[in-house]
Amino acid sequence: MITRDDVLLVAHWARMELSEEEVEVLTADLNGMLQLAAELHSIDTEGVPPTMYGVNQHNVFRDDQVADSLPQEMALANAPDPKDGYFRVPKIMD
Amino acid sequence: MSLFDRTAHELGEMLRRREVSAVEVTEAVLKRVESVDPVVKAYLTTTPELARAMARAVDSRLQRGEELPPLAGIPMGLKDNFSTTGVRTTCASKMLEHYVPPFDCTVYQKLMHQMSPLIGKHNMDEFAMGSSTETSAFFPTHNPWDLERVPGGSSGGSAAAVAAGEAIFALGTDTGGSIRQPAAFCGVVGLKPTYGRVSRSGVVPFASSLDHIGPITKTVTDAALVLNAIAGHDPGDSTTVKREVPDYTSFLKDDVRGLRIGLPQEFFAEGLDPEIKEGIFATVKQLEAAGAQVVEVSLPHAQATEAVYYLVASAECSSNLARYDGVRFGYRSSTAPDVQTMYKHTRGEAFGLMVKRRILLGTYALITGNYDVYYRKAMQVRTLIVRDFERAFEQCDVLISSTTPTPAYKMGEKSKDPVALALSDLFTIPANLAAIPAISVPGGYTKEGLPYGLQIMGPAFGEGRVLQVAYTVEKLVDARQRKPELPEKGGVA
Repeated sequence: MITRDDVLLVAHWARMELSEEEVEVLTADLNGMLQLAAELHSIDTEGVPPTMYGVNQHNVFRDDQVADSLPQEMALANAPDPKDGYFRVPKIMD
Repeated sequence: MSLFDRTAHELGEMLRRREVSAVEVTEAVLKRVESVDPVVKAYLTTTPELARAMARAVDSRLQRGEELPPLAGIPMGLKDNFSTTGVRTTCASKMLEHYVPPFDCTVYQKLMHQMSPLIGKHNMDEFAMGSSTETSAFFPTHNPWDLERVPGGSSGGSAAAVAAGEAIFALGTDTGGSIRQPAAFCGVVGLKPTYGRVSRSGVVPFASSLDHIGPITKTVTDAALVLNAIAGHDPGDSTTVKREVPDYTSFLKDDVRGLRIGLPQEFFAEGLDPEIKEGIFATVKQLEAAGAQVVEVSLPHAQATEAVYYLVASAECSSNLARYDGVRFGYRSSTAPDVQTMYKHTRGEAFGLMVKRRILLGTYALITGNYDVYYRKAMQVRTLIVRDFERAFEQCDVLISSTTPTPAYKMGEKSKDPVALALSDLFTIPANLAAIPAISVPGGYTKEGLPYGLQIMGPAFGEGRVLQVAYTVEKLVDARQRKPELPEKGGVA
C-alpha cells in the first residue's frame, strides 16, 4: 500500500510540488496502477531478456564531424531569465 | 464536392491538371477552419501566412511547368508536439505555452520539401498523455461526428481536423494508440509505422521506446503517399534504420487472394462492443469471400499489455520530462527563493494531473529496490509479448481486430478514472510494445451513426502488406459515403 507520505517522497524526488488535493488523488491512482502492475508477478520471466526497444540495433556509430550548432542568441531565446549569455537561476546555496 | 472534402491524392491530380490552384485549395481549407473550428476546436495555433506563402510557391512552380513533389500544395496540420521554427509548440501544456522552437523536426522539413502548406498546430492531450484530448491544458477538442463526444487522443486535434476538412492530412504521434484510436473515433485513417521507419528527431518525446510518428489521412492511398514522404533513415534519430523505403503506393491493390488473416482471439473477448464485433466479423467474412484465408491466433500475454505499457511508458516519461525544470526554456515559477524550490514550483504549477501521475509512477518504478520488481519485469514481459507476435506471424500475414473496444464516448465520461481510460487502449498498445506497423481504417458506423475503426497489424517493416489489406477493406466498407455534419459559423466555403 502506497501512503500519502510515499507520494510526497516520490514527488520530492521528481522535484514536483503537489497540492493537498493532488496528493489525495494521486495516492489512490498510484495504488490502482501498482495493483495493475502486480499482475505481472504471476508471469514467469526466468531467463527472459528485457526488451528496451522493439527494433533492436546495436552500436550505432556516426563520424565525429563538426557541424553547425545553435547560435547562442537562439539557444537563449526561450530562456526565462537569460543574462550575459547565461541561463540565470535563483540562488543555489546560502 | 468542396475542395476541403477532397483527398490529397485527388487534389494532387487536380493541381497537376491545372483544374485548381494551390492558393485556391489552401484558401478553401483556411476558410473551413474559420468556419468550423469554433465548434470543433482542433487547432491551438493557425499559420495562414505560412500556408499562403507555400501555396503561392507551388503555383509559381506549376506556372513554370515544373515537376512537383506528390504532396505539393496539399494543406496539412501537425500535432503540437512537432517542433516548428518560429511557430509555438506547446504540447498542449502550460509548461510550453510560449515556447517557440529554434529548429524544425525532421518530418516537418520533409513536408516543407514536399511543399505542403502548414495550416497550423493541432490540439492534443498534454504531452501526448491521454486518450481523449481532454487533458489539454487549453481546451478539449470535439468529435466532428458528435460534438458532445471526445475525438479520442492523444492526437485528437489532428484526427478531428482531418475528419472536419480542416486539414487534408495531418501527422500525429502514437505511443499507445494515439494515432489509431482518434482516427477510429473520427472515422479517418491512422497509420503507426514500424519503430525506426520514421524519424522522431525534433518531435517532443514522451516514451522514447514507444513513440512513433505517422499520418492521419482521409484514405489509405493518402496514408501511403504521406508515408512515402516521411519514411527513411535520419542521422538525427539513431533508432531509424538504414533500410530502403519502398514506394508504398505500389501496394495499393484491391486483392487479398491467398493472404492469411489472423484474428487474435484475445481481442474479441469481453469488453468489445457487440455492434463493432459484428461489423468487424462481417468485413472479415467479405475478405474471406475475396480469397483471403482466415485463421484464429492467440497472443497469450495480451492481458499483461496494460501493466507493461504503464510501467515502461511512465518510466521513460519520468526521465524524458526531467528536462522541464524552468532553466533553459518553458515556464518558470516566479515564487521561489532558491533553485530547488524553483524546480518544484515550476513543475508543480505547469504540469497537469495526468502528467504528474505518469511522472510519479515512473519515478516510483525506477527507484532502487523497485527497478527489478517493476521496470525490469515489465521489459521482460515485453519480450514475451514480442515473441507472441512473432509466433502469430508464422501463422498469418496480418492480424485484424477492432481498433478500440467502443466508439467515441461522451466528454467527461472516463477522464476521471485512469484505469477505465487505460482499458480503451487495450487493442492498440501491443503494436507499440512490439514496434510493428498498425493501421486503423474506418470499419463502419454504429446504429447511432458513430464511426469505428478496423485495425490491421503486420510484422516489422510490413507496412506494404498492411496497406494492401487496408486498401481492400476501405473498398469493402466504403465509409466515405458519409460525412460529419457540422454547423458552419463563418459562411459556406
